Amino acid sequence: MNLGQFILMRHELLLTIAAVFVLIAELAINEKAKSKIIPIALGVFALVTLIGFIPAEPGVLFGGSFQSSPLTSFMKNVLNLAVLIIFLQSEGWLKKPENLDKVSEYFILTIATLIGMNFMISSGDFLSFYVGLETATIPIAGLAAFDKLKSRSAEAGIKLILSSALSSGILLFGLSMIYGATGSIYFTDIAQNLSATPLVILGFIFFVAGMGFKISLVPFHFWTADVYEGAPITVTSYLSVVSKGAAAFTFSIILFRVFNAVFDQWQHLIYVLAVMTMTIANLFALRQDNIKRFLAFSSIAQAGFILLGILGAGELGMTAVVYFVLIYVFTNLGAFGVATSVYNASGIETISGYNGLYKTNPKLSLLMTLSLFSLAGIPPVAGFFGKFFLFTSAAGRGYYILVLIAVLNATISLYYYLRIVKAMFIDQNDQPVPLFRSSPMMRASLIICLAGIFLVGFVSGIFEYIRDLSHLFFN
Amino acid sequence: MNILSLFVVVPILTIVGILFTKDFKGARVVSAIGMGIQLVLAAALVLMYLGARKAGVNDEMLWTADYTWFKSLNIHYAIGVDGIAVAMIGLTAIVVFAGIFASWEVQYLSREFFISLILLATGVFGFFISLDLFTMFLFYEVAVIPMYLLIGVWGSGPKEASAMKLTLMLMGGSALLMVGLFGLYYNSAPDGGMLTWNILEIAKVNIPVAAQRFFFPFTFIGFGVLGALFPFHTWSPDGHASAPTAVSMLHAGVLMKLGGYGCFRVAMFLMPEAANEMAWIFIILTTISVVYGAFGAIWQKDLKFINAYSSVSHCGLVIFALLMMNKTAMDGAILQMISHGLMTALFFALIGMIYGRTHTRDIREMGGLMKVIPFLAVVYMIAGFASLGLPGLSGFVAEMTVFVGSFQHQDVFHRVVTIIAASSIVVTAVYILRVVGIILLGPVKDKHHLGLTDAVWYEKLSTVMLVLAIAAIGIAPLWLSDTIQGSLEPIIAKLTVFNPF
Repeated sequence: MNLGQFILMRHELLLTIAAVFVLIAELAINEKAKSKIIPIALGVFALVTLIGFIPAEPGVLFGGSFQSSPLTSFMKNVLNLAVLIIFLQSEGWLKKPENLDKVSEYFILTIATLIGMNFMISSGDFLSFYVGLETATIPIAGLAAFDKLKSRSAEAGIKLILSSALSSGILLFGLSMIYGATGSIYFTDIAQNLSATPLVILGFIFFVAGMGFKISLVPFHFWTADVYEGAPITVTSYLSVVSKGAAAFTFSIILFRVFNAVFDQWQHLIYVLAVMTMTIANLFALRQDNIKRFLAFSSIAQAGFILLGILGAGELGMTAVVYFVLIYVFTNLGAFGVATSVYNASGIETISGYNGLYKTNPKLSLLMTLSLFSLAGIPPVAGFFGKFFLFTSAAGRGYYILVLIAVLNATISLYYYLRIVKAMFIDQNDQPVPLFRSSPMMRASLIICLAGIFLVGFVSGIFEYIRDLSHLFFN
Repeated sequence: MNILSLFVVVPILTIVGILFTKDFKGARVVSAIGMGIQLVLAAALVLMYLGARKAGVNDEMLWTADYTWFKSLNIHYAIGVDGIAVAMIGLTAIVVFAGIFASWEVQYLSREFFISLILLATGVFGFFISLDLFTMFLFYEVAVIPMYLLIGVWGSGPKEASAMKLTLMLMGGSALLMVGLFGLYYNSAPDGGMLTWNILEIAKVNIPVAAQRFFFPFTFIGFGVLGALFPFHTWSPDGHASAPTAVSMLHAGVLMKLGGYGCFRVAMFLMPEAANEMAWIFIILTTISVVYGAFGAIWQKDLKFINAYSSVSHCGLVIFALLMMNKTAMDGAILQMISHGLMTALFFALIGMIYGRTHTRDIREMGGLMKVIPFLAVVYMIAGFASLGLPGLSGFVAEMTVFVGSFQHQDVFHRVVTIIAASSIVVTAVYILRVVGIILLGPVKDKHHLGLTDAVWYEKLSTVMLVLAIAAIGIAPLWLSDTIQGSLEPIIAKLTVFNPF
């Protein structure tokens, strides 16, 4: 192998450089001007994101432990884009006096988890997958506990680290069984030697349980709501978008690539998980009043929809999953962006606090409405296309009843999304959130989200591009 | 650009135009201009269509255009119209235009109101021109969702609950529909080859009967929910009663027709065997709709509820007639769609205008309105007569055709349901005449009503237009029949091949 091959790892390497760069900037910058790190880190990260889009050839490194293909690069780009938007949205929060002395930590921790996620996506064996998973998880606990003086935030951190340690243990246990059954940790070897023996099935169940924690599928979702509520709002958006997206990508890659031979067995498991996840998360979301908890349950429900794409195993399923996550990035971050700016301006986190928001802040309310419609899958915004294609891929495998359950769930979800719309547009309020102007960075992020919400759906080229990438991936 | 695409482009441009207006006066003028252009376009379309048919153009669909959208899934933006779609577009254009004038005085968040209203209209127009199931479904949902805000923000009474109920039930219906559409898509090439969403393409293949049996109920009920098919009609009375005037007009007048239109254009046309097999179930359900709706209307005290139940009855008749699957009855079904669309829009417009003056819709609190607001009262009577099927107005032509057509079946079942359904005409007469008697005739009950003023110019414009259309259909139904009839043939041809009766 020569050094030129390292270009395959350019996402990971660039992110590492970015993290180190922020660290050095932290040392170089005057103690009193800490907020200057924000534009520097943002600039560097934007550059990294941009470079990521340069196309690269597929390839394998380290004897198969690291696999790169245009599709995995695209997944990483999606995550980078999401993190960029989150960084733009976190400016106002970072500039608060209590956070000023730990600005660079925020960026470094976030980038560190992102590196882990990139490794997860590119992993070619279970070892590098596991290392990536842990690299991705541990810094998030630090981020969740970022408001260290708030007990809820500390609680979120400890909950996250404990439950992910447990899930990692379960996952490893499952992997050890699969290793025992096949004698290899390399994806390609396992895929060849896999047969539906009881040991493999048991190992697979443990593996799914472990991954279920990360994607927060029902019944492994109990940590989600508390952590989402306790963590600072930008971290919550990171957890619900980037973390979940990366886990969904990895999950689908491993299921399609490694466990394809036992599809007949795992489809039942995923089927049941999908039904439970969508239904139970929706029922819980109905009653939430805290906007973060609400978005937590809504994001669990969205994970249930992603499982439909995974069930549509194959090219179309993969395309639908990636496409859905791409849309979900813009959509959910649009909603979180509005929630963040409302929180920054007024400290309000409850849905009833949004009453009458349209009268005072019409633009934010409209963006929130569009994001919520997109989450619910209402045309003409992008979420409709994302969901429709997920369902198309599941229907292609003949899961019509599951599709029906899913669409009915989408209808239920419309109820609670409309509750917020109702709060903003219909409900009266004597003291609505006064008119405020978000910071330029926040506005930039919201404009990106708005553009994404409209364009990603209508511009069919994006879907076709992902389809071509996943065609390459499978052949 | 294709003339049909203009029907989507003009409303969108109108919406953009409204965004640039400053106050409610600007918004309503822009809306009126945009929808006026739309009306002219629709009129031109009808004339062009009749002209083309006269010239001997025999294509099933005219002005077709096809642009690939999502290539790998074979999703296209495919458009084209036949006579039925042309008639529905004409209906929509008239009702929307009248609706704009009926909401001339909406001042609370008026820009948002007109934007939502026209967005809804965009969905409806798009639905009628679509030939691709995906685009059709997309427009269908675009038409449904603005409803929530329109009722929730500008409605009256228990508006939040009604808006939510309506939205969720219609979305539940579209959930069923979506499954049906997936079924059609994945069975559109049983002999191999490219799967397709195009209605005309799917119509050429024979979908396996087992698949038809599974997917037909989904598709039919999915559209049926919007067409107020019993027992999925319960959103309709609540929704209509709470909605602002123009929204009730548009919803009862046009949106419910989307359901009926989809029922035959998608469900029955593409799955004829299953349609024939299962027709009896839905015939029973629609018979219940027709009779139950009419009886429901008798008991109501609120003008809007009366009309909403009457809509359930009349829209039930549309699907009832469609399921008879012969030329006369289906011809009647389309006539009934147009006729009911016009007269129910007129009814809701009048109810809105009366309510705006008396501030009540309770029929027990009104009386003798003929003396104080004669113009509105007379128009209300005309609408009532049309509704109960007085010859010379559109209702008579439609209902007559429907029942003649359904009685053509020789078997006992069809004749019995026809007789039962026809009894609704009597019940309709009861509730219409009762309301007319109570609120329009007799002495003025409430002395505050003595000072009411009669219709002003925009109200007159709105109502007179609808009255003229109703009378035109009633007096000269042939030109409408001509528009429709040729287009029904391919559908009927496909249905009757498998007709067991």
